[in-house]
Amino acid sequence: MTSLLRETASQTAGPYVHIGLAPQAAGFDIFEHNFGSVLATRDTRGERIRVEGIVYDGSGTPLRDVLIECWQANAEGKYNHPADRQPGKSVDPSFRGWGRTCSDFETGLYTFDTIKPGSVIGRTGRPMAPHLNLWIVARGINIGLNTRMYFSDEAEVNAKDPVLNLVEWEVRRKTLIAQRQDRDGRIVYRFDIRLQGEDETVFFDV
Amino acid sequence: MTRALQDDAEFMMRDTTSHPPAYAPGYKTSVLRSPKNALISLQNSLSEVTAPVFGAAELGPLDNDLIMNAAKEGLPVGERIVVHGHVQDQLGRPVRNALVEVWQCNASGRYRHKKDQYIGALDPNFGGCGRMLTDENGYYAYRTIRPGPYPWRNRVNDWRPAHIHYAISGDGWVQRLITQMYFEGDPLIATCPIVRTIPSEEQVRGLIALQDVAAFVPLDSRAYRFDIVLRGRRATLFENRIQAEPGANP
Repeated sequence: MTSLLRETASQTAGPYVHIGLAPQAAGFDIFEHNFGSVLATRDTRGERIRVEGIVYDGSGTPLRDVLIECWQANAEGKYNHPADRQPGKSVDPSFRGWGRTCSDFETGLYTFDTIKPGSVIGRTGRPMAPHLNLWIVARGINIGLNTRMYFSDEAEVNAKDPVLNLVEWEVRRKTLIAQRQDRDGRIVYRFDIRLQGEDETVFFDV
Repeated sequence: MTRALQDDAEFMMRDTTSHPPAYAPGYKTSVLRSPKNALISLQNSLSEVTAPVFGAAELGPLDNDLIMNAAKEGLPVGERIVVHGHVQDQLGRPVRNALVEVWQCNASGRYRHKKDQYIGALDPNFGGCGRMLTDENGYYAYRTIRPGPYPWRNRVNDWRPAHIHYAISGDGWVQRLITQMYFEGDPLIATCPIVRTIPSEEQVRGLIALQDVAAFVPLDSRAYRFDIVLRGRRATLFENRIQAEPGANP
């Protein structure tokens, strides 16, 4: 029998998470290369989109100190990682598919500038609808929260998505679907996250 | 003997008893920031077993040297220390090329952050953040100034024990971990409401770095050892379901 070590315990990111993960947001410049909220470069293939929203606490107040990370597939639906061996899909060298964003200290608004991902094969070959994987940390969050963001204009594939269908309460599935808006030709998906209370976002134990 | 694991093997289910619950009222901010519904448990797909890959070229030569990486007209004030250890998974395998990011306050207990208003002085020569990739053995090391304890608004006289924040990114998205390292012998650990969100004493001990005399730098720095364990992968005993052909058995 294999003996297992215990995973190191999680602790909150605290109020000053920016100093470590986004020092420019904390108000100082230290690293030559910074990780940020712009995932798509000039050469990235795919539809340019902005994802924006606000994270709310149980009183309906915006979190102004939250940090969110995004992990997503490219426009063909392939992750930029050696374990992804889906046939017939290629890595886009100009797209890692990962970024991090901080909510605005005044308004709580967060944004990602990225591309819309393609569909990725799911377990046992069932395709998953296009989605972003999001990880949310902040003061008062003791262990990072995992959720997924799906796209409102993909209703047909969303209806068959194996993960959305795991959410027994159909009424809660809508908390995972970002609403597409066209703002003078710019495509924006609005995705608000509610940590608690009415319309609490579905979070996953992954 | 251990079996070789595929790079898309599924991760073991998270043992939630190793972690604080979302709702821990002694840490007041968690009250309104904790989901009330049960988490929906997912079996791994490609979305969970993959993760961003980082390269050494993205980091600067001083990124793991917090003593020098913000020094301007001199050295930062405080006790010089080295912190080092291994990142491994639950089966004891090294996690290679893991991104380890650290941040902390200075020796006075003050963060270089525009939202930190504590009276403790800022140090013009100290930034308080660093990052590194683990090597072939899962090993990481950095040097820094030992952070000070500081008071915070929870109850009126709550103090954080000296600590360094960690964020670790491993081979799979589900291994993502954020935590804090404490220092052996700090009496504030016993009463800190954030430490006390962790229900297990054994797990609290896992966050306390031990003084490591063997790694002291003579006439320069003391050293602390802090090892990190990330989620382990399950052996794929029968078939691969992560990117299987359509129609495979669930």
